[in-house]
Amino acid sequence: MKKPELLVTPKKVEDISRLIKAGATAILIGEEKYGLRLAGEFNRDDIKEAVKIAHDFGAKVYVAMNALFHNDKLELLPDYISFLSESNVDAIVFGDPAVLMVAREVAPEMKLHWNTETTATNYFTANYWKEKGAKRAVMAREINMDSIVETKENADGEIEVQVHGMTCMFQSKRTLIGNYMEFQGKDLKVEGRSKDRTLFLHDPERDAKYPIFEDENGTHIMSPNDICIIDELEDMLDAGVDSFKIDGVLKSVEYIEKVTALYKDAIDLYLEDPDAYQDKKYYYIQEIEKIQPMNRKLDTGFFFKETVY
Amino acid sequence: MQQISSLTPDGKRVIIKKPELLAPAGSLEKLKIAVHYGADAVFIGGREFGLRSNADNFSIEEMREGVEFANKYGAKIYVTTNIFAHNENMDGLEEYLKDLQEVGVTGIIVADPLIIEACKRVAPNVEVHLSTQQSLTNWQAIKFWKEEGLHRVVLAREVGLEEMLEMKKHVDIEIETFIHGAMCISYSGRCVLSNHMTARDSNRGGCCQSCRWDYHLYEEEHQEGGGQENALYEEADAPFTMSPKDLNLIEGIPQLIDAGIDSLKVEGRMKSIHYVATVTSVYRKVIDAYCADPDHFKIDPKWVEELDKCANRDTAAAFFEQIPTYKEQMFGNHGKKTTFDFAGLVLDYDPDTKIVTLQQRNHFKPGEEVEFFGPEIENFTQQIEKIWDEDGEELDAARHPLQIVKFKVDKPLYPNNMMRKGVL
Repeated sequence: MKKPELLVTPKKVEDISRLIKAGATAILIGEEKYGLRLAGEFNRDDIKEAVKIAHDFGAKVYVAMNALFHNDKLELLPDYISFLSESNVDAIVFGDPAVLMVAREVAPEMKLHWNTETTATNYFTANYWKEKGAKRAVMAREINMDSIVETKENADGEIEVQVHGMTCMFQSKRTLIGNYMEFQGKDLKVEGRSKDRTLFLHDPERDAKYPIFEDENGTHIMSPNDICIIDELEDMLDAGVDSFKIDGVLKSVEYIEKVTALYKDAIDLYLEDPDAYQDKKYYYIQEIEKIQPMNRKLDTGFFFKETVY
Repeated sequence: MQQISSLTPDGKRVIIKKPELLAPAGSLEKLKIAVHYGADAVFIGGREFGLRSNADNFSIEEMREGVEFANKYGAKIYVTTNIFAHNENMDGLEEYLKDLQEVGVTGIIVADPLIIEACKRVAPNVEVHLSTQQSLTNWQAIKFWKEEGLHRVVLAREVGLEEMLEMKKHVDIEIETFIHGAMCISYSGRCVLSNHMTARDSNRGGCCQSCRWDYHLYEEEHQEGGGQENALYEEADAPFTMSPKDLNLIEGIPQLIDAGIDSLKVEGRMKSIHYVATVTSVYRKVIDAYCADPDHFKIDPKWVEELDKCANRDTAAAFFEQIPTYKEQMFGNHGKKTTFDFAGLVLDYDPDTKIVTLQQRNHFKPGEEVEFFGPEIENFTQQIEKIWDEDGEELDAARHPLQIVKFKVDKPLYPNNMMRKGVL
């Protein structure tokens, strides 16, 4: 059975070796100007440094360029993609076809991963983007386990699935937090609205808390719970899903490190001895519960939940 | 770039590239009204593969009738087929697309490449238009879709006029943009609030508009949780919400026409025939007036008032000139605002007796003042005197939906003219 990649998101350069030692085999980094909802901000020097560290360990480095670009950002793309190519980044993660168009021109050898987050919902479309040049499709978090397995079985390219962490529920171009504060008559110059401020929306109907922040790409609202599928990995491992992602946005490096180590252990154990994995599942969940932030419950996302329409 | 205007022999400038006015229709009746009130094209939803699963939507036979009707008036029909499909939604897709081609629809509005490719393969005579669900925000992406063989792209609601001009400069493809109606406050296709909050899939037509609900904004002192939670609102403050004002670009129509935008789209497949008729007829007048004499064009305040008569919410120009501020959102009372009710649809008018035959759509009674409008007439008001039913029995009020009633109206009316009355 194939061992999947374990993809994690460091917050800064110093985190990388820690996370790789904990079991990460690939990292996703980038900067807000091009990538969405990143765990940390990596400028060009950081990216070069990250590649050096990760490659020394034999791990891969992917850079996020999955923003929706408006015309004014297009002129920045060729230079940034060329830089990533020269820096030996292993792949670029994109959602907007503009990145594909520019990459074809300036770095045709560069590997691309297609990730719009919400719209990768069937295998045909995954294969469509494969044909257009994407080596990998990152599945939407709103599809269930059966669909993931079916998609992998029918996919021509690689399939990546988020197995742990927060997911995005909403992105607006509008500055919604700032707009509300301005409506309330607050001084926006002193009101922070970034990820640093840990703002959330309380939904009284569901008694749920949704993290919310603003950045260059607009306003983002995140899921109330963290996905945790460490005890349900069998089907995806059997199907040969290529990459398991742990998203560390709005989490500490200590948390990401511990979660990474547990997933690595779980994956290794299943591949070695499926029965032993069955016996140890409860332990994994318990270990994660121990470090789970108080107001963030764990759940299984949409893996076992049907949606209607 | 295509030539937009030219000079007549007597030196007057006229617009030669007139954009399509594209109206919504949730039913066959609305489709006919949209065409009657001046739409060049109408977009409708089928029973499958479209968003708005709550709308009536068209069976294949109804589509056939709609296409035949539209063809008589030189209007086109597009079918929204813009879900992001899951694996299990692939069944029946090819048959459906073949049916659409056979029925004679001009195009489909699509978001998922699965459906784009299927259409190219099995229904090559049907045009493929990229849905706003793809949130298209730059010209490189448009170029990509043009190379993929698409006929037209619908822009993201987040694209402003300057950006549209640049897109037109870089890519030669038909561009469609929204000019009026309700809209997502998120980038379309990038919101799954409904999925999380109600287990309804927003990208397959299940959106329950969670964005318009009320929330409370808090700050947590420590990122890892367990810290103090501070409310960022006072007791008296309106709650946090994400309800955008509806789009209204009447003032921007001249600039959109000058920019060479190919299709101007009105949102609202779920809206009433009154809404479709009012909005379509106003934009018909604006487009026609500007194209006939762009150099002396002025917005008639009556058009603006008329749009307001069917408005569900306050309206704004959204992203047309800048990123919207709090003024383009609704806080506090963000519910419905209606100033007029649709009261009746004209079936017939006898010029000799001046008696109108009308189908009741809302309660009205003698003594009330009502307003009539329609493509053949200038709006006018009328005080209602006696009302009779079909058998000539006098009524104290027109109480029953779809009841046929008769009463006297001083000025001539035509079938499909509409009657509305003010709401207190």
